[in-house]
Amino acid sequence: MKKTRIRVLVGKPGLDGHDRGAKVIARALRDAGMEVIYSGLHQTPEQLVEAAIQEDVDLIGVSVLSGAHMTIFPRIKELLKEQNAKDILLMGGGTIPEEDIATLIENGSVEALFTPGATTTEIVSWIEEKLSLSKGDVV
Amino acid sequence: MSNNFLSWKAKYDAQKERKGPFFTVSSVPIDPLYAPGHTADIDYERDLGNPGEYPYTRGVQPNMYRGRLWTMRMFAGFATATETNARYKYLLKQGQTGLSVAFDMPTIMGYDSDHPRAYGEVGRVGVAIDSLQDMETLFQDIPLDQVSTSMTINAPASILWAMYIVAAEKQGVPAHKLTGTIQNDILKEYIAQKSWIFPPDPSMRLITDIFKYAKDNVPKWNSISISGYHIREAGSTALQELAFTLADGFAYVEAGIKAGLDVDDFAPRLSFFFNSHTDFFEEIAKLRAARRIWARHMKEIYHAKNEKSLLLRFHTQTAGCSLTGPQMENNIVRTAYQAMAAVLGGTQSLHTNSMDEVLALPSEKSVQIALRTQQVLAYETGVTNTIDPLAGSYFVETLTNQMEEGAEEYFRKIDEFGGVLGAIRENFFQQEIADAAYRYQKEIESKDRIIVGINGFVNEKKDDKMDLLKIDPEVERAQVRKLTALKQSRDNIRVQTTLTDLKETAQGTDNLIPKIMDAVRAYATEGEIIAVLKDVFGEYREQAVF
Amino acid sequence: MNKETLDQWIERLFDQDRRATAKLISWVEDDIERAYIMRSVLKQTGHRMVVGITGPPGSGKSSLVEALTKLYRDNDERVGIVAVDPSSPYSGGAILGDRIRMQAHGTDRNVFIRSMGTRGHLGGVTRSTADIVRLLEGAGYGRLLLETVGVGQSELEIMQIADTVVVVLNPGAGDGIQAIKAGIMEVADIFVINKSDLPGAERMKGDIEMMLNLSCGKTWRPPVVLTSVTDNKGLELLYDKIEAHQAYLLESGQRDQQRKERLHQEVWRLWEDKALDAFEIMWEATSGKLVNIDQEDPYEVAQRLWQERFKGG
Repeated sequence: MKKTRIRVLVGKPGLDGHDRGAKVIARALRDAGMEVIYSGLHQTPEQLVEAAIQEDVDLIGVSVLSGAHMTIFPRIKELLKEQNAKDILLMGGGTIPEEDIATLIENGSVEALFTPGATTTEIVSWIEEKLSLSKGDVV
Repeated sequence: MSNNFLSWKAKYDAQKERKGPFFTVSSVPIDPLYAPGHTADIDYERDLGNPGEYPYTRGVQPNMYRGRLWTMRMFAGFATATETNARYKYLLKQGQTGLSVAFDMPTIMGYDSDHPRAYGEVGRVGVAIDSLQDMETLFQDIPLDQVSTSMTINAPASILWAMYIVAAEKQGVPAHKLTGTIQNDILKEYIAQKSWIFPPDPSMRLITDIFKYAKDNVPKWNSISISGYHIREAGSTALQELAFTLADGFAYVEAGIKAGLDVDDFAPRLSFFFNSHTDFFEEIAKLRAARRIWARHMKEIYHAKNEKSLLLRFHTQTAGCSLTGPQMENNIVRTAYQAMAAVLGGTQSLHTNSMDEVLALPSEKSVQIALRTQQVLAYETGVTNTIDPLAGSYFVETLTNQMEEGAEEYFRKIDEFGGVLGAIRENFFQQEIADAAYRYQKEIESKDRIIVGINGFVNEKKDDKMDLLKIDPEVERAQVRKLTALKQSRDNIRVQTTLTDLKETAQGTDNLIPKIMDAVRAYATEGEIIAVLKDVFGEYREQAVF
Repeated sequence: MNKETLDQWIERLFDQDRRATAKLISWVEDDIERAYIMRSVLKQTGHRMVVGITGPPGSGKSSLVEALTKLYRDNDERVGIVAVDPSSPYSGGAILGDRIRMQAHGTDRNVFIRSMGTRGHLGGVTRSTADIVRLLEGAGYGRLLLETVGVGQSELEIMQIADTVVVVLNPGAGDGIQAIKAGIMEVADIFVINKSDLPGAERMKGDIEMMLNLSCGKTWRPPVVLTSVTDNKGLELLYDKIEAHQAYLLESGQRDQQRKERLHQEVWRLWEDKALDAFEIMWEATSGKLVNIDQEDPYEVAQRLWQERFKGG
């Protein structure tokens, strides 16, 4: 049996209030038929992971523009592991330099990163493809 | 429309038009031609006026850039006060004429560097300032009676400003000689930028306390910079930026009057801060309309008598949100056009973005290019030779009129909510901006709007690697060590006394600024002062709109 | 999944494992082994009462839920919250934003917040809300709070799930009149005038009291409580009124009565689901006969096919 709906937690870690990207993504995912749990601003990795677990999401999407990406992504992954929730995927977006993207992807801190200029269509298809591959029958 | 125009229109319609759509960056449709018929209703004296004359459409000074060029003010700050101090000295040596402080997020949100919420963010997007000690280091060997300093700080503006005044005091520079600006614009935080701390009422009190203190003690200081920049960055249109910013401005004027000030006591020290996006003429029209609307309202509605109260003086920054990650060098070109629009719009000061700001803090090299962009504009292009060269252009004057009409329409809507605070409570601005941002994104995805390097003219080959500025994680540890040492070495009894005193004042109605200055002098940290105020004022909560 | 694995998940729910609780909620919501899961869970639940919070959008429902949660947490009680937001009728997707205003409990492991989209269901809740509340009870959350969509209208289904219904209104803006029109006056066990720091709160209280005077014959008269979450006012009074209402339900015997009625409704709803499933299969077999539909009268066709299928009336 298949899960009927993709659930995504969209969150904004860090102290900055630049949520334009996160909100545009939230809206685009809703328009693609997903259920988006929006966490709001200023989330700590702990808050994000706890929300992801309670909401049983398939994926966490966070937008980081504060320059703190090298600490935030690994921390979220680590907490997911601690909570036995390795199956929840992590994607991110924001102002992240190419070489940091490579490092974060290689060391498994994040499944995908999108930088300014990525289209919502691109992001939606990545999610759909990734989740149909990794999930399939959930039960 | 004249027969002449109609016969042209017939010929135009008979020919093929390339695939549009022809609209501004704010999705406003544009006609193929503007002609005398469009501007027939304009009365030069009433609607434009000479530069330095009401309604100041053509500029706030009679001589504009023939007298003095705009202030080239590059926003800078990163890591600790020591590193930023070195960058400031470099910029001054390069010919920059004013300083502009970027603070890091913990400072902006009122957290000390050792707060758990600050983890990973110290010194990242600006300089970390925890106490007077850091402020002293930031301006070490920079004579504060000779530079003007702009500080981008809002919710905790009173504290950082107090630190600046005391740091100058320690240099032997009296407060009345200081020139500069604090952003201090909390309304746009609720509307767009979201770096708030306290709820609206106590925030407005802090602002009017600053107005009063500045009037009596720091008279050359711009006590607020009413900002459209962030409204635009959050995704608004040019018209929304204009209307919402001016509506905020009027709200501050009303708050000042309500707090017992005469409008002419503080209105001359109000300044503005706009965004300059890529749509050249739309931006120029926006800036020209802004001056006219402000002058008209200040004169006719708020009955300002002092001419200086009517002048809308503003800083401009080119649009960070227009920069692209791919083909980053193209950002230099975008920024140059945007800068030219700002200058043709009559800006008083200008920050040009560096090409790499889309991915990191700017490197020294890219900052230099950005500053050189302004210098080429000032010294080579000739646009400064005459004042307001686009006045009388059928197109620009039409757009300017449309901007004014559109803004007045928004003011009426805002009034229906009982003013700006009511409209914030009902999420009016937030919804308008969210819709505009989403529409813009959809236009890009449908390719109705082409952004070079993003959805058109994309390079097959990967971009060359850029050298980006990196902040060493050691910066955070060093800053925390410094803070810990300070907390041990200062007179902690004095800190406690000043904080208790501040709390009592916060519970009453007296001006808070002298008490904040006492706490700052005792080396109380920003976080400690904010904690006291939060205790009394409470905290604002997010209203999310999609 | 085999029954053994499923039983293990259910076991973990009763052991208060948050991951299992979340997963089982998803399965019930997605109708995966729903009957099996619920039969295990319902045996051990149904004892704790549910407080439903309803009212127009922006009236401050989430903030009130957060404030009540804080009071329950001060007593060291565990709180389970279900917050329902509308799904988009176009895409079926949803943006669920109620957590934003419940941040104070974001990392408290004794509070479980679950956001749900209506997924096409009208009535202010979802098809599975009642079951999900019971899953939370099974996971050891003794205080159960349910926040409805808050479209203001057709939120009547909350009465079938919540034992105590709190209707939240704001002063001014014609909320009171809207409430009467929408018929949410009748569902209220408690009225809350939230944001009572705004002008007009007392007058609104007067208006509601007056209307309550007109509706006689009930043994429980809904109290009207003024609250302001920002100023931390009236929240303890609300807490007390909820307690009082629940005590009343028990003492008056209404609670037992209500439970029976709800079981009826529940059986009816399950029948409805079954009937609908069966009907869909029948329809697929029949709809092929509608080739000339554009030339026929739909009443006549419906009648003819129904008679063919059921040999009569």
